[in-house]
Amino acid sequence: MNDRRSELEAAPWSGRTRRYDLIKEGVAALVVVTIATVALSTLFGSPDDKQITFKEWAVAAPADFYATTVQELAGSSGTGGYGAPYNTASDGVNLGPLHLAKLMGVTHPVDTVNDFVITPLTTVVNSGPVADALKQWQSSDSKTQAAWATNYDNALTKANQDATKVPSGNYGPVPQLSGGLLSMAQAGSLDGALLSQGNYFQSDNTKQTLFMGDGSYFNDQSTASNLQGSTWGMMNETGRYPGQAWLWLYSFWYQIPPFNNGDSHPFGANADAWIMVIMGALSLGLIIMPLIPGVRSLPYKIKIHRLVWKNYYQEENL
Amino acid sequence: MSIMQEKEMWTSKLRKSWQKTLPVEKLLPDTQPAYVASWIYLFGVATLASLGVIIASGIVLAFEGASWYHYSNVGHFINSMHFWSVQFFFVFMVVHLWGKFWMAAWRGRRLLTWITGAVAFVASIATAFTGYLIQTNFDSQWISYEAKDGFNSVGIGSRFNVTNFGQMILLHVAFLPIVLGVITMIHVLMVRAKGVVPPIDAFNAELGERK
Ligand code: HEM
Repeated sequence: MNDRRSELEAAPWSGRTRRYDLIKEGVAALVVVTIATVALSTLFGSPDDKQITFKEWAVAAPADFYATTVQELAGSSGTGGYGAPYNTASDGVNLGPLHLAKLMGVTHPVDTVNDFVITPLTTVVNSGPVADALKQWQSSDSKTQAAWATNYDNALTKANQDATKVPSGNYGPVPQLSGGLLSMAQAGSLDGALLSQGNYFQSDNTKQTLFMGDGSYFNDQSTASNLQGSTWGMMNETGRYPGQAWLWLYSFWYQIPPFNNGDSHPFGANADAWIMVIMGALSLGLIIMPLIPGVRSLPYKIKIHRLVWKNYYQEENL
Repeated sequence: MSIMQEKEMWTSKLRKSWQKTLPVEKLLPDTQPAYVASWIYLFGVATLASLGVIIASGIVLAFEGASWYHYSNVGHFINSMHFWSVQFFFVFMVVHLWGKFWMAAWRGRRLLTWITGAVAFVASIATAFTGYLIQTNFDSQWISYEAKDGFNSVGIGSRFNVTNFGQMILLHVAFLPIVLGVITMIHVLMVRAKGVVPPIDAFNAELGERK
């Protein structure tokens, strides 16, 4: 009998009809939406907070930039320890036994030492001490380099990122290299060098974005704009504008336990992966909703359709 | 040879099935069933109209380049139109979605209409997201930095790299709009081909049921 109803519902309508001008409706909709869009654009404009450059970062927060550079040399930065797809420093997040990122491999290799610091430094004419430091670094083996950088990174952290308070030690050329990169960034030449990596055409900003994200300055700006993921930042916009409100459900999971606690295992620490899976499943659920028992019956139980077709039901005595 | 000629050609097969499922009278009819009389029916066409404004403003932006709107007043205005039409688009689409849900509009072999609509919803989110990534401002810097972790965490980041501006701009102005456009076209043509779904209780009498 349900099949019979379905057949009737599928068949061409043979009941009463009314005149209906689809094209006129479409044109009217286009005109109305265009006028409304023009009105809101005139009244409110659109958000456009200026991009942050390495020059801005290095000038506004030199100590933070300097310390981040040291971390890149020591491999202790966020990017340095990230794992796939950038390097093999860690296993990355997991879904239980599944390490999907690791499985896909290092597809976008990022070498924080050379890509972020050494190569950019070689693209400019450096002052005497920096040029000497570069020579010393390049003629040492990687073990020595790592030892220097780690020593200095630890000492700088202990000194609260105040380079003037760091006691002398076995740091090799690391302070000079970091100071050299700071000057380069302050002069504005790091932005281009990080992007081009010695090439002419370049449209991949991965290295710049990772380096910038390793520092505090960028993160602080985002906190100030309420863009942090832990405070619904995913669906926020800079300034007083609506953001990607349609991401509310995606953002929601980051606000609740266990996902809001990055230290809780196994879910909080791997929230990114689990939430991706949850949202993938929910999206699939939306797509095949008419096939899901229970959910598909809701419109029959909660009779909102009585309002939609109110007139018709009255006229037909249904 | 004569046997070959008697066998139906692919071309005529296509023409006949097309004429059967979507004759031009069904595509552009003068009338609609009497029950098509509610403001909820306007949200599908409003979504479509918003998409039109999005595409038109997007084409202008594409010709001038991703950074144009930072320094040109006209550019900023066109960018604002792109921004607000997207907001309208999503509001209309979500109302449309809920409307179709409460009307159980997948009834009567209209499952594929629902599915194409829902896929359009997901594709719209992906398209809008890549748009946010190519604003070439602080917002897009931050979104790409944050979002990379989500995609990396399940291995998608190995192919879909949100910090790669070149990849994102191509996906946003070419691949994703084409996908969305094609799905939307199929969606709307399916509605025309199947006709607007009848009310839930429309056939109670025929089926000998009380309401
Ligand atoms: C790009 C986004 C979309 C556009 C442009 C669009 C457009 C339309 C239009 C013009 C109609 C016919 C008029 C109407 O009933 O409103 C329609 C019908 C329909 N839409 Fe969509 N739609 C979109 C997204 C969706 C979504 C997200 C869903 C649900 C998941 C959906 C489900 C449906 C259904 C089931 C119908 C058939 C209704 C019937 O037979 O009465 N659509 N759509």
